[in-house]
Amino acid sequence: MTAAEKKQLAITACKVRMGVVTATHGAKAGHPGGSLSAADMFTYLYFKEMNVDPADQKGADRDRLVLSKGHTAPGLYATLALRGFFPVEDLPTLRHIDSYLQGHPNMNTVPGVDMSTGSLGQGISVAAGMAKGAKLQNKDFRVYTILGDGEIQEGQVWEALMFGAHYKLDNLCVIVDNNGLQIDGNVAEVMSPYPIVDKLEAFGYEVSAIDGHNFDEIEAALAKARATKGKPSAIVMKTTKGKGVSYMENKAGWHGKAPNDEEYKIAMDELQAQLAELEAN
Amino acid sequence: MADVKKIATRESYGNALKALGAEHPDLVVLDADLAGATKTGTFMKAYPERHIDCGIAEANMICVAAGMSTTGLVPFASTFAMFAAGRAYEQVRNSIGYPHLNVKIGATHGGISVGEDGASHQCCEDFALMRTIPGMVVMNPADDIEAKACVKAAYEHEGPVYMRFGRAACPVFHDEDFQFQIGKGELISDGKDVAIIATGLMVAEAIEAAKVLAEEGISARVINICTIKPLDEEIVLQAARDCGKIITAEEHSIIGGLGEAVCALLSEQCPVPVKRIGVNDEFGHSGPAAALLKQFGLSAEHIVEVAREMVK
Repeated sequence: MTAAEKKQLAITACKVRMGVVTATHGAKAGHPGGSLSAADMFTYLYFKEMNVDPADQKGADRDRLVLSKGHTAPGLYATLALRGFFPVEDLPTLRHIDSYLQGHPNMNTVPGVDMSTGSLGQGISVAAGMAKGAKLQNKDFRVYTILGDGEIQEGQVWEALMFGAHYKLDNLCVIVDNNGLQIDGNVAEVMSPYPIVDKLEAFGYEVSAIDGHNFDEIEAALAKARATKGKPSAIVMKTTKGKGVSYMENKAGWHGKAPNDEEYKIAMDELQAQLAELEAN
Repeated sequence: MADVKKIATRESYGNALKALGAEHPDLVVLDADLAGATKTGTFMKAYPERHIDCGIAEANMICVAAGMSTTGLVPFASTFAMFAAGRAYEQVRNSIGYPHLNVKIGATHGGISVGEDGASHQCCEDFALMRTIPGMVVMNPADDIEAKACVKAAYEHEGPVYMRFGRAACPVFHDEDFQFQIGKGELISDGKDVAIIATGLMVAEAIEAAKVLAEEGISARVINICTIKPLDEEIVLQAARDCGKIITAEEHSIIGGLGEAVCALLSEQCPVPVKRIGVNDEFGHSGPAAALLKQFGLSAEHIVEVAREMVK
């Protein structure tokens, strides 16, 4: 990745964050915290890693992403909009009655969404099914799924992890967004999922532990996942919930709350300043 | 029906999958460690590479099937009704029903005729659960021939389908040239005094009951409803208009199944007296299937008693 590419990714990720703030503000609801923590990964996946094409949205050989932590739809939607799947101007209609931007991802209404999700623990199984489907049909597309660190408290996640390793789904990449917070507080205190890396390794995954806000590390982990054969991969990314908006960072309260008009302005001013700095350098 | 051929519809399911698998390379079968019991082992032997055992993890299996369907395959996810409709209800609802994916659920061991395993495995709630999912087709074939036709129709139908099959052998009364269509009820025999609307293994009981009633001078119409949803409303309304009295018969809770579907339709469009025969609001228990069916009133004798009472 060149310096110019990295700069462009950072700029795009900042715009994704602005999209998250704009969408949740427009919705007066939604989940900004986990959308912002995963924004850099969303950006890298859709702008660099995945073989997707807004002009051929249902292409049989495209790579897939299943947002298992479906409540972070604002992050996915902002990324898809910026990638050209639908107009960025539509983001504020999130959750509005009759808007196609449903509160949780809907594969039948939102262009670019590969699976309807929202009920935690199910998306990773669907992703494993897609990966197995690819293997059965000798297709070489890859399947990515992003889970929350609270989400992996769901038992079904471990059923799916077993399935992925058992069938040697090396076209499956499981990404855990370890932002450390869930609705009721710190994941370690609510119901500890730790040690996450050790558990994934024990389940047979090729695991990378990275900083989820560092594009070099994201790139290296995804490259390692692509190069790994005979077993599935997992990426545990340490992130900051609410990343990019000062008053949301590391606050469980911003898991599922929208910024009001005043908070919206503060957030957008901060992100505009970050954008200006990125563009100036 | 002592000399009539008897086959469990789970056998039909396995055989139909094997036959369809030969024609359709996109058909895949998923199991949760029950391939022997669900009879999908028949398919597995013929097409091992297209049989995916998911282990004892039904919730994952249902969602894996959903994912596979998005890649163009036609998955048949198989397990006991208790686990397909019960344990994995929310997975079926959110990962198959809501996105309206092309997944077929083959649920064997439905109803009380599971027998000796007892109440934990006797699912009498699956129609109720599956009926409430928008866009879900719910089928409950009555014999071997209908079961095989139902599996073929499910493959050809675009969208989610739930099929219930039985563990116990039941009489085969359809001819080989039987024509099946999703959503179409079947008039088995005409009658004018009372109509018996039955599904699954209760259809054979209804046929027996109608014979007994005929000897007593009571003319009973017998209707086979394989597709619980969408319900063939016309055949039910016609029966209500012609006979004026309806009996429903199903190996399912009287709550939420065929009986309630018929009552809901008739109360709005053609109110007539209806008696529902099914499993009352109670759990089953262990015992031989035949004895249990008799004990829970899922028998020709009980249908006859109810019909006599209604007609007198």
